[in-house]
Amino acid sequence: MTVDLSPEQRLFRDTTREFLAGTVPVEKVRALADSAAGFERAWWRRAARLGWTAPMADERSGGGSIPGNPTTDLTLVAEQLGAACAPGPFVTVSAALSGLTCSPDHCGDVIGAVVAGEALISWALYEPGRGLDVLARGGSAADVPLTGTIAAPHAGGYRLTGVKDRVEAADQADLFLVTALGPAGTVQLLVPADTPGVTVSPGWTLDLVRRTGRVSFDEVLLPESAVVHSGAAAVAAVRRQLHTAAVLTAAESVGATGRAMEATVGWLRDRYTFGRPLASYQALKHRMADNKTWLEAARATTYAAAKLVDAGDPGADEAVSVAKSYVGAKTPVIVQDCVQLHGGIGVTWEHDLHLYLRRVTYGRALYGTPEEHRRHITDLIDRAA
Amino acid sequence: MTTDPEPVEDFRARARAWLRDNLPAAPADAGKTDTEEAWDRARQVQRILFDGGFAGICFPKAYGGLGLTSAHQAAFTEESLPYEMPVILNVPTLAICAATLLDLGTEEQKREHLPRVLRGEEIMVQFLSEPSGGSDLAGLTTRAVRDGDRWLLNGSKIWSSGAYAADYGLCLARTNWEVPKHRGLTLFLVPVRAEGVTVQRIRQVTGSTEFCQEFFDDVALPEEAVIGAVDGGWQAASRLLFHERAALGGTSPYTSGARPHLGGDVDRLVALARAGGHWHDPRVREDIGEARAMNVVRDQLIDHITGAVTHGDLPASAGAITRLFSAETAWTQADTAVRIAGSTAATHHPGDPVDTAEVGTDYLFRAAWSLAGGSTEMARNVISERVLGMPREQVADKDVPFNQVPRGRTGG
Repeated sequence: MTVDLSPEQRLFRDTTREFLAGTVPVEKVRALADSAAGFERAWWRRAARLGWTAPMADERSGGGSIPGNPTTDLTLVAEQLGAACAPGPFVTVSAALSGLTCSPDHCGDVIGAVVAGEALISWALYEPGRGLDVLARGGSAADVPLTGTIAAPHAGGYRLTGVKDRVEAADQADLFLVTALGPAGTVQLLVPADTPGVTVSPGWTLDLVRRTGRVSFDEVLLPESAVVHSGAAAVAAVRRQLHTAAVLTAAESVGATGRAMEATVGWLRDRYTFGRPLASYQALKHRMADNKTWLEAARATTYAAAKLVDAGDPGADEAVSVAKSYVGAKTPVIVQDCVQLHGGIGVTWEHDLHLYLRRVTYGRALYGTPEEHRRHITDLIDRAA
Repeated sequence: MTTDPEPVEDFRARARAWLRDNLPAAPADAGKTDTEEAWDRARQVQRILFDGGFAGICFPKAYGGLGLTSAHQAAFTEESLPYEMPVILNVPTLAICAATLLDLGTEEQKREHLPRVLRGEEIMVQFLSEPSGGSDLAGLTTRAVRDGDRWLLNGSKIWSSGAYAADYGLCLARTNWEVPKHRGLTLFLVPVRAEGVTVQRIRQVTGSTEFCQEFFDDVALPEEAVIGAVDGGWQAASRLLFHERAALGGTSPYTSGARPHLGGDVDRLVALARAGGHWHDPRVREDIGEARAMNVVRDQLIDHITGAVTHGDLPASAGAITRLFSAETAWTQADTAVRIAGSTAATHHPGDPVDTAEVGTDYLFRAAWSLAGGSTEMARNVISERVLGMPREQVADKDVPFNQVPRGRTGG
């Protein structure tokens, strides 16, 4: 829980939790695991109407958050999503929206359709064989990213070539927000999924209901209007998107870990051995004390980062990396310990623990690993010196 | 009829001007704090604060304080950061001992001692832990027996920080051996220079002599030395521990001034990496990023837990969470420094760019951060029991008259 929530934020959080409990209880999540998409479009439209897509958009596109704190509002939703191991493209849609809203007017219709839950957008960032270094600057030009996805000028528009992977909800997306290299450096383009030359191939994802896939762009012809941002504006938008994706992913991991911990406390209390509950053994009590400490720290740092992002604070960049590195490192450790504490049933399909472990492992890998974010923190120290 | 307190911003403005005109700049480094000179200087500066009308901001006016709010104290502390402040008087004298006296003392005790503390004339310490044990505080064996209209104190205390410079110690002693351990304790105000009190300094692995052991041989104490009730010492000690947790957790309203928080404090790690030619090593950069992240998370966790406790989302005992995390952060700093120092971690030559002697010495003291102020093992008991609701430890001395409780061979 976080403590300085307004009454509106508490209501938003509670409504979200109730909606999830009613629509995607664990049995439904397990059933959706066998589906192609992992989630239902109708369900996503309902979620959008609940306000999940509104915070990042501005009023003219039908959005608007409880005053002033869009990232915190979405963090509240994300924590509940993680607790439920819920399906859906929430993180990638939120990240894309946070970038789109820093762009000129012509995105208004797209934003409106996404906010209404009618159109799905996904951020195409990663490339095969590369980590987050795809965003690193290459060569002597500060603005030239190391991405291999190229947008070359062609006939008044662009020709886009490259392959993106680890794209969330790739085979459900109507639009891709593609981070690429253009003539002026970093560029982001809006590419409808049905554009000729766009091929989506689904991949395998550890999470039961989150889906990722590979999207290849084979000389895809796009109009000038497909460019959302370029140059410095693109760099800023990409950073904003990464902040959103990292904080929301961390929040999901906090939620999932919180549920795993609740289940484990209950298990330790009810399970007896050698005549007394597991919970009475000091070695296990002490491990749970460590787990609880790390979980509260994970929660604290996630909400602290969200707050700084909302405030546009210069310290937000470091805070996001602090939160994502800490949460990404610790939550899998905590959930693994929960598995161990359950004994043999902890590694069975039938027990729910693997749902949480899948979610936090996915959360460790995407949008910056602990190692990537720790190096970034030191890069910031280096730049400040 | 009450007059409204001075608005915080007016108080701040007055404080800013006064500090500028009356206190020297903060010294570049803290210097040695385990010397008589350091304590004498602290008394002087405290007196200057008192004479200037800025001592005891949250202490009642009746006892020499200003009777203002923690917001006023926070403002003063912020304004004082560039100046020399008597920070060694904060813990335990002001934030723990004087605070407890304020809660539990008689009117005579408060009028006798508190104004002197605020003037820098009385320094107080705690006499709690004993050679026979610290975690099982209630199992102590220092004893006080009635002798006519006075008490005679015999026994030994240990780990008292700064006792060599103190005037009084708040000493927990056993006054009844025939009841279970918690019910037979009394808290006494013991003059450190009384006849029969011997203070011995303890040399730590770092060379510091901050901590002391005290021996009490038939130390005579008047009736007025009792703080709280006779045999009610456990409740009094609980108050001391409450104030200690607040002080260490950064929520005490009685501390004034602060050691400047050195931000992420990874400067030394960066210097070590550069000096060792490892600044571009990705693993070293990850280690430094991790150490920096831990420092930031610790501050965020303190805010989070403080807020959660205030709002009732977590019980007060959740302070043990920040205590445990602080220890982990300190371990990370010590361990990372040794790792980055690499093959230079155990040696140093005058003129070397980084003080690797400090790296090695700090590593020797690593366990101090998981022991001082309560062990991390006890913190884990508190977290698992009082925050997670797991069963309490089974104990062998519950409801047993203390004179029948088994004691070990070491020191008991």
